[in-house]
Amino acid sequence: MSATVAQPIKPWRVNFKQAWPEIAGAIFAVVLTYAIVSATPLKGKLGFFVTLIFVATIVAAGISWLRRDRKAAFNSVSTVLVYIAGLFVIVPLASILYEIVRRGIAGLSWGMFTTDMAVTASDAPLSEGGILHAVVGSLYVVLIATIVSVPIGLLTSLYLTEIKGKAASTIRFFVQAMSGIPSIVAGLFIYAIWMIALGNQYSAFTGAMALAILMIPTVARTSEEVLKLVPGDLREAGLALGGTQWRTVAMIILPAAQSGLITSVILGIARVAGETAPLLLTMGGADALNLNPFSGYSSAIPFYVWKNFSMGTELSIQRAWSGVLVLMIIVLIFFSITRLLSNKKGRF
Amino acid sequence: MNTAARTLPPKRVITTKPRFSDKVFRAVVTSGGFSSLVILGLISIFLLINGLNTFKSEGFKFITGFEWYGPQLDAGLPAQYGIGAMLYGTIVIGLIALFFGFPIAVGAALFLSYYAPEWLKKPMVLVVDVMAAIPSIVFGLWGYFILMPHAEYWAKLIHKYLGFIPIFDMPAPAFSRSPFIAGLVLAIMILPIITSISREIFAQTPLDRIQAAYALGATKWSMIKSVVFPYGRGGVIGGAMLGLGRAIGETVAVYTVLNIVYDINIEVLLSAGGSVASMIVNKFGEASPEEVKALMAAGFVLFLVTLFINFLADLIINRTARKG
Amino acid sequence: MSTIKGVEKMSQPNPVNSLASVAASRPQHVDSKHVAGTGLEARNIHAWFGDKHVIDDVTLDFYPGTVTALIGPSGCGKSTFIRILNRMHEFIPTAAMAGEVLLEGTDIYKSGTDVTKIRLGIGMVFQKPNPFPSMTIKENVLSGLKLAQLKVANQSELLESCLIRAGLWNEVKDRLDEYGGALSGGQQQRLCIARSLAVSPQVLLMDEPCSALDPGSTLRIEETIRELSASMTIVIVTHNMQQAARVSDRTGFFLSDGGPGRLIECSTTSEIFSNPKDKRTEDYVTGRFG
Repeated sequence: MSATVAQPIKPWRVNFKQAWPEIAGAIFAVVLTYAIVSATPLKGKLGFFVTLIFVATIVAAGISWLRRDRKAAFNSVSTVLVYIAGLFVIVPLASILYEIVRRGIAGLSWGMFTTDMAVTASDAPLSEGGILHAVVGSLYVVLIATIVSVPIGLLTSLYLTEIKGKAASTIRFFVQAMSGIPSIVAGLFIYAIWMIALGNQYSAFTGAMALAILMIPTVARTSEEVLKLVPGDLREAGLALGGTQWRTVAMIILPAAQSGLITSVILGIARVAGETAPLLLTMGGADALNLNPFSGYSSAIPFYVWKNFSMGTELSIQRAWSGVLVLMIIVLIFFSITRLLSNKKGRF
Repeated sequence: MNTAARTLPPKRVITTKPRFSDKVFRAVVTSGGFSSLVILGLISIFLLINGLNTFKSEGFKFITGFEWYGPQLDAGLPAQYGIGAMLYGTIVIGLIALFFGFPIAVGAALFLSYYAPEWLKKPMVLVVDVMAAIPSIVFGLWGYFILMPHAEYWAKLIHKYLGFIPIFDMPAPAFSRSPFIAGLVLAIMILPIITSISREIFAQTPLDRIQAAYALGATKWSMIKSVVFPYGRGGVIGGAMLGLGRAIGETVAVYTVLNIVYDINIEVLLSAGGSVASMIVNKFGEASPEEVKALMAAGFVLFLVTLFINFLADLIINRTARKG
Repeated sequence: MSTIKGVEKMSQPNPVNSLASVAASRPQHVDSKHVAGTGLEARNIHAWFGDKHVIDDVTLDFYPGTVTALIGPSGCGKSTFIRILNRMHEFIPTAAMAGEVLLEGTDIYKSGTDVTKIRLGIGMVFQKPNPFPSMTIKENVLSGLKLAQLKVANQSELLESCLIRAGLWNEVKDRLDEYGGALSGGQQQRLCIARSLAVSPQVLLMDEPCSALDPGSTLRIEETIRELSASMTIVIVTHNMQQAARVSDRTGFFLSDGGPGRLIECSTTSEIFSNPKDKRTEDYVTGRFG
């Protein structure tokens, strides 16, 4: 056995010998930026980053040009810029999540989930009052919006995938356009039709109708994507077994797409749970718990945040941040459920 | 095939008598499918009939006018409703948002598609998706309390060094709640949608063209410039327009970080701007029934503008996506 | 399957004879006593997709108790033809047809026909095994009953008999409550056959049922087909001439010369492989083209 055994190598991997100019360049860029920032009024983290962009670009271009040619210099510059763009997507999210937790945690307590603001002023100490009314209101609004919009959204997606009528492409187009309606317009519309024309009052139900308008296109579009993934030969197999279209859809298509359809519903919920603008026009914004979703002023978490932020006192802003923290936790829980469901591989 | 002229039999008309249950099923599903059309129709009808009086009494001034006040009884002046300044402000903050958001979003999409190491791709996509799920009120609060102090400082720097350019000029030292800051917040808010659409379009770039470019000795950048961009241009532009549509319709986030003033100022760093959507929320609370109708008219204009932008965007994206 | 074909071609200088011997060595049995139904007759079938004429004037009888194989190169309209036989053709929006398909002497395209009843009488097995993903093995087999709202006195008996006839019983009898997707490809296809049998069709159409399977599973399915053929009418579309020779009693050869597909000739399988009347059939079965 004297023959040498071939060792797997990856000669295309960048090793230190090739990469040292880049590494040195990166260090040099950071040091230079630091020097520039401390010598000029470009202070702060943002200042550092913006300066770093320019410095890093110039340094990268310089190194590549010296080592190779102009083409390589362009390549290096674009690489640096693209990496920075990637960084710019992460930084705001990290900052948002960090600040929400940092500022919201102070006002967070179990007590806040058991009381409302009926007898508490916004700038009362945080130990008093709570968001029970807003949580209940949000629950109502989201639940009713789901009940109203899911059947419509699902039927729309079934029309697009199962019936494939003559109007399918038109409807697909309009559903896409509908998903871009500003939320304030949905609020105005419900105000016009439900309150002005039909004479109803502010209530959780009214708010839910506005949210339903925003939720329908989300549910319809994601469900359509899901139903499109169900293999066509399952449909044919159902029909070939003597099933009617209705029974084939009900017994085979919908069960096969089940987890995806649930995902689309939850995605719709995540989309509307944090909506604020339409609720400002339709819910009245109560401070007390209102258990009747069909009449009387109600609140919701985004409304609560808005109201307390608008007060502008130190303690009310504290309350607003706690509300935001609760809202974000709820939205992220829904979001994680959709991830878990869609990561579970479909059974087709 | 054409050796002998034969007459083919006529195509049979295949008639099926669907079962009753299928008839019901098809009727229900079809009516459900048309409901979104109906809703869109109802939206335009109801906003239009509510706003009709305003459109009539204000005429074209509704679009061009700068004034917005109810009837001033003591001065004997009739009401004036004009959203010109707000429309201008909406366009300004939309463009600022695109100016900052678009390059970053496309860069991020390129990063995700061609630069990011494999282990980073999934978490990055998650980051983008989470960002899309953040409620606008959260962006509003974050923009007001965290971004604004930074942005103000930068606004001052820009004014100090670039103040000779008219749009960076400053008539009064009021740097907070400016169109510049609102645009920055919107830029972050529209990042996810432009990024994810661009990424989808980039992912459809034919692999053989990419490999052909590399085989001709292209660097990554020249490959992107010569293959990816020409292929995905339409889709990326469509994504940018969808982002613009979002920015134009955004309400509470803009309202929290923008000082709404009924005037046209070209100085984007000044604490005075406008946005149709935010103006509606701003005025709605204390509006008289008549003013509410004027707000409906404003909502109708906003609806038409966003619908138009979205239509155009979808058209462009669909055409790019189909090009294959 | 092409490798097998290649091997055979190299070792056997005269493939016509080899396939013919395969066809001839099969037990010929037409035992009409236990056969369900009276077969299926296709009369002057034409088919179009939009303006494209894809099948030209095909008349073909399928006899009870017989396996009829439809062979021919891709794009010759065999799959379209078999889909016309149980009205699956009309699912393609641009599709049109002319001619008649007679089941027990009645045209299945006659206006006012209840399509779902037709498809109950004429079952179909597809190219790719497609057990319903949301159902267990048991539910899959009995799904046709639910879909067509049929009542059966003894479901477990039906379940067992269908699985036995499909040759799957011994492999799955202890795991009837598992999901169909857990089975191997060949088992899944036999599950699909069992599923079709549960509604007791007179005719079973099979559209390249083995093209997605490995050779072992293919042989197993062919065995099943042979066993089933005693009691029903079977039509099988196949790319694979060896398969046609192994399982079928009769073979129809389809060909398209760039225009619509035509039936070149149809005869007993041994005749097609040993003594084809048409030059083009001979060229095809000897592997000179296609």
